[in-house]
Amino acid sequence: MSALSDFQASTRAWLEENCPPSMRTPLVQEEVVWGGRRPEFVNPESKLWLELMSEKGWTCPTWPSEYGGGGLSKEEAIILSKELNRLNARPALNSFGISMLGPVLLEYANEEQKMRFLPDIVHGKTRWCQGYSEPGAGSDLAALGTKAELFGDEYTINGSKVWTSYADQADWIFCLVRTDSDVPKHTGISFILFDMTSEGVSTKPIQLISGSSPFCETFFDDVKVPAANLIGELNAGWTIAKRLLQHERTMISGFGLANDSGDKGGTTSTVATLEGAAMHYRGDSDKISDSVLRDQIAQFKIDTEAFAFTSQRSVEESKQGQGPNATSSMLKYYGCELNKRRYELLLKAMGSQSLGWEGAGFAEDELQITREWLRSKANSIEGGTLEVQLNIIAKRVLGLPDMLSMSKK
Amino acid sequence: MALVLTEDQQLLKDSAKGFCLHNAPIDVLRRLRDSKDETGFDETVWAQMIELGWPGMAIPEAYGGFEFGYGGLGVLLEETGRSLVSSPLIASVLLGATAINKLGTEEQKQEMLPAIVSGELLLALGIDEKMSHKPASVSTTAAANAEGYIINGCKTFVLDGHVANTLIISARTSGEEDSEEGVSLFILDASEQGVSINRTWMVDSRNAANISFDNVQVPKNAMLGEIGAGFAGLDEVLDVARIGVAAEMLGSMQEVFDRTLDYLKQREQFGVLIGSFQGLQHRMADMYSEIELCKSTVRAALAALDNPDRTAKEIAIIASVAKAKLSEIMEVVSNEGIQLHGGIGMTDEFDIGFFIKRARAAQQFLGDASFHRDRYATLNGF
Repeated sequence: MSALSDFQASTRAWLEENCPPSMRTPLVQEEVVWGGRRPEFVNPESKLWLELMSEKGWTCPTWPSEYGGGGLSKEEAIILSKELNRLNARPALNSFGISMLGPVLLEYANEEQKMRFLPDIVHGKTRWCQGYSEPGAGSDLAALGTKAELFGDEYTINGSKVWTSYADQADWIFCLVRTDSDVPKHTGISFILFDMTSEGVSTKPIQLISGSSPFCETFFDDVKVPAANLIGELNAGWTIAKRLLQHERTMISGFGLANDSGDKGGTTSTVATLEGAAMHYRGDSDKISDSVLRDQIAQFKIDTEAFAFTSQRSVEESKQGQGPNATSSMLKYYGCELNKRRYELLLKAMGSQSLGWEGAGFAEDELQITREWLRSKANSIEGGTLEVQLNIIAKRVLGLPDMLSMSKK
Repeated sequence: MALVLTEDQQLLKDSAKGFCLHNAPIDVLRRLRDSKDETGFDETVWAQMIELGWPGMAIPEAYGGFEFGYGGLGVLLEETGRSLVSSPLIASVLLGATAINKLGTEEQKQEMLPAIVSGELLLALGIDEKMSHKPASVSTTAAANAEGYIINGCKTFVLDGHVANTLIISARTSGEEDSEEGVSLFILDASEQGVSINRTWMVDSRNAANISFDNVQVPKNAMLGEIGAGFAGLDEVLDVARIGVAAEMLGSMQEVFDRTLDYLKQREQFGVLIGSFQGLQHRMADMYSEIELCKSTVRAALAALDNPDRTAKEIAIIASVAKAKLSEIMEVVSNEGIQLHGGIGMTDEFDIGFFIKRARAAQQFLGDASFHRDRYATLNGF
């Protein structure tokens, strides 16, 4: 106990001394730090903050220190996160390497691969993207057709991916490829890493309904990749793929925790609270005058509190031994629905001021709400649709029989 | 805040589960209903619960209890919810003992709490006067006179009002009908002259009563808490009970869900198990998620009650979160329980119907979902 309180005291002191003043202010979209070979630091203090934090390994607090991580226990990591919250400190680094790839490398990669890839994730030197979905393989991800054929000690990769987040800005990709086409689809998939500057890789941004283009189409035309970049065993990539999806879902479910002062899930709005917005735009002083909206907002906030308790319980249960499991599907499902509900309520709260697209008559943050509302619709599609999450819960948690396997009988 | 049960709480829960399964299954409630039982609860089962120490679970040791906290009482209520046990645990213990423990003088506690633990004393709390819960709406009056107070008025939906030997009621000593100011609480004997008790037969086969007071004289020391300032204290008592009833509903909804899930894995139509239909699977998966949220909420609310650092307002907010959420989901799950069982779910022979009946009574008791959403909004300043 006293070791933990010592840790808390020294952490607090270090953060007080080292966290730059502007890193204690709410994060704005332009200043999100993604790292990579061509890092952009709109604010010079973001660069300093990343350096200081990654030197201590605190961008990946629980990863072993031999790979550059902080080597902290779960208890210590919780303290660190509380102390960071106390200062309203911005995340030093935003990265798919941290939230998705790193955890599966720790579990499945060989020693050499860990030494090669993990420290660069910690320090934000490599920006990763995820090569999963394909035009013909969305919810049925295992139907993917991007092919990797071994010639000597190199794979040749041909095919295409879609919905690759930030592929046009990423340095490397973690990619699912078909390495055997003559076996049932789940058993011929491998998990491989390669450089996005390799010859034959091209990307094309996709414009979304929100007007932004966070996703790309990605094409592979005879891309040569060293065999040493294959993670885990050949044709056993589906296990890694599913594991990574669990980490991804846990990350996305965090969107549901975006409370009204929150800065998660892409919400950087200054429309501080839902009820505050409802009252502000109606000119109400102490009570939302629209009683139906008031009831819906109360119901939403109650569900948000109940969801936060559930996320917390899931953390407490995972401390007792289980890692992310099928519960991550439940959290993903519910968290995303909550985030979508939040934006629908914001629209109702703000009325026509929430429907501006650009130009005069709207404040910056009002225009942002319009875009964020549209963006939120992807929450229940990316990382596995809500329908896929419900299938997983029905099958793996509730043990309900599989319709497909029954009809095949 | 611990949202996972402690080892002791888990042990208590397991033993309560075994007890309810063997000693107090739904058949007991069915028999009470069919025989139009006088007391409305099984005296043998209640005697065994007393022997197990259940009534004293959340009562301080100084007054004969076990000081095991509301977390302890909560897991008992959850398990009784699984088999719909009808007992004085809610009226006499969760409401009555809590009122005495929170608001009573040292003398009142010494006199009454040990008697509740031993089961000699059965309490009932008379709060509501209208069809829907609104505890500040009190038109029953208590007028001061030389000997104490004269009470006139009536109370409705008084749980266990027909068997309690002692009543706690709210009455107005001053102020307007809906005002929180001027509400006082009184303890009086159920056999007092001028008290008339009419038992009501409710859909959940539990027992309530309409009670009227016609010039009932009570002494000065019948007052529980301060004169005219009884509302705040009463609301704190009700918050404990709202959380307790949420715990009971948690048990009931899990039981309905488990029974329904089993049925989907047994029942065949079109040559396959109906549980393989995606249309049903998604409804089950959605309910599973909602019930997980309910479970976390109840655990958090019980933990808050046992945390001395929580303010009354924080407790009030979490109590309304719990009662609103659980009431809402209890309605969904009890409805789906019938629907997914199909025709057999509509038969009295099958137990699932008992749950939808208890569900509605529990939902409305001490405020339904919309009451608590309104209260939550008010407490949060919108």
